[in-house]
Amino acid sequence: MSVKVIKPGLLTTVQDLGRPGYFHLGIPMGGAMDRLALRAGNMLVGNDEGAAALEAVFMGPELAFEADAVVAVTGAEMPIFVDDEEQQGWTAFEIKAGQVLSFGFLKSGARAYIAISGGIDTPPALGSRSTYAIGALGGVNGRAIAAEDVLPLGQAGTSKTGATVPPELRRGPGSPAELRVLPGLYWHRITEAAQEHFFEDDWTVAPEADRMGYRFRNGRPLEFVEREQPFGAGSDPSNIVDGCYPYGSVQVPGGTEPIVLHRDAVSGGGYFMIGTVISADMDLIGQLQPHVPVKFVKVDMDTALDARHERAAQIDAIRAALR
Amino acid sequence: MKTRYSFGGDEHIFVEVDEEMSLDAFFKSLSMTNAVRDSNIEGVTEICPANASFQIKFDPDQIHPNDMLAELKKLESTAEAAEKRMTTRIIEVPVYYNDPWTHETLMRFRERHQDPDGTDLEYAARINGFDTVDQFIEAHHANPWFVSMVGFVSGLPFLYQLVERERQLQVPKYLRPRTDTPKLTVGYGGCFSCIYSVRGAGGYQMFGITPMPIFDPEQKTSYLKDFMVFFKPGDIVKWNPIDRAEYDRILKEVEAGTYEPKIAEVEFDLDAFNKDIEGTNAKLKEALNVC
Repeated sequence: MSVKVIKPGLLTTVQDLGRPGYFHLGIPMGGAMDRLALRAGNMLVGNDEGAAALEAVFMGPELAFEADAVVAVTGAEMPIFVDDEEQQGWTAFEIKAGQVLSFGFLKSGARAYIAISGGIDTPPALGSRSTYAIGALGGVNGRAIAAEDVLPLGQAGTSKTGATVPPELRRGPGSPAELRVLPGLYWHRITEAAQEHFFEDDWTVAPEADRMGYRFRNGRPLEFVEREQPFGAGSDPSNIVDGCYPYGSVQVPGGTEPIVLHRDAVSGGGYFMIGTVISADMDLIGQLQPHVPVKFVKVDMDTALDARHERAAQIDAIRAALR
Repeated sequence: MKTRYSFGGDEHIFVEVDEEMSLDAFFKSLSMTNAVRDSNIEGVTEICPANASFQIKFDPDQIHPNDMLAELKKLESTAEAAEKRMTTRIIEVPVYYNDPWTHETLMRFRERHQDPDGTDLEYAARINGFDTVDQFIEAHHANPWFVSMVGFVSGLPFLYQLVERERQLQVPKYLRPRTDTPKLTVGYGGCFSCIYSVRGAGGYQMFGITPMPIFDPEQKTSYLKDFMVFFKPGDIVKWNPIDRAEYDRILKEVEAGTYEPKIAEVEFDLDAFNKDIEGTNAKLKEALNVC
């Protein structure tokens, strides 16, 4: 039971729900950037929600199936083909031994999740199959998939071809995408004016946007509250004594281009942070293409927790719809 | 020292024990993270100690962020009473300063540096008041260093030099982080040295390179067979300057699987250190000589 890679796409990695528990050593949890899309894909093909699937950035791979399987593609929208026949996204479809799965050009979103019945069965590292390329962990020998790779599949469960996630439950980012931020951490380091214009400005996703973090540009630089730099921090006003970085935290080196850390986050460093994108909006970041407009929206903890519960309810609704 | 608590979104609490770096702040931060671990608070998923701060990741579906915050605050007094003493190890880490690989890289990212016309070492030597790069290198390896944090990426150690504050070397980070750093680069930012465990992005100044792997996901390196990450907070390091020939020799040993780092068990007592820095350091270095 396996799938052979004909073309890998731009950057396609094996991802599951990640390996929490090693962030204190600088090994991030990793896993699908859009966790809802991964879960939904696995549900559609009868896998455990946390089974490993392929995360394809901007461009789909070309895969030859060596056995019959059920497949679902969720997340980013791109035309899906089994040989020459087009398939629907967010919907389980069958693929026969000898057939080829391929993709057309990206229409919306950034990352497509290709879930295959049985799940990708590459060897786990530290409890997860997620590819963490920086640390050469998980995936196929710690790297993205490459042409000629043979991806082993696990034992398939039961699935229903044609099952589909109702369109209203496939929430993607709007335009401009709104990312809700809970101010905190070193928020006090910037002036009141900067605290305001950070949320007023129209930002765009910079080309430097990957699994580690997303960079944003085109907003006004942040001005700092003057101070004598603490011993050990370094002389730039955006420097701090190196500390931990939360997932989703918004650091602004030099006060110019905010970076939101994502699933393959560095665990710490010496740049100050002005707050953190709430957990409910992390999936959305994974679907942002470079150059798209973004607004940061200031929220409080109650809003963050409400949004988290809404997100959980959305996943419950998908489960219920596919039951 | 004034402890400051802040939420990092709905899943993290960030605790700054002190704005500035000191071994006192480090010991308090480490004690607090130990206290969190011992108290088994429900919902805690990650405990990450840092130089003068730490971070707790938790599941807000299991514990409300405000309750988590209250639990952490309760532990502060326990941590303050904890002993500032530990049994640890000192490790000799060979460093090839001013090597060709970090030199090539720092030239490639010159426009992101404070001093585009010099090298990282020349800049660091000058702003720390040294006449020559060699004097600066001497100051970098003369005394032992304390691993005060492991993180950034894949087991990267941050190290703090065991000298009086007046003698601490301080260097800013790059103006904009580089997108590339050679694997095993010995770097410097703020008052911290580090060893880049893997190749990748980085903002620290680059001084040299070590042939000694400190992260091995395949766990083939002889001394990384039990666990892929070498360093842990509290380890003590003594840099040993080496030349190209020695670098190549050690690299061959590493590849052959015969290299063993020089390591000795030592006691570290913060109060004793503060009373007699020179004497404590002499004892630490002596431990390496007899092992």
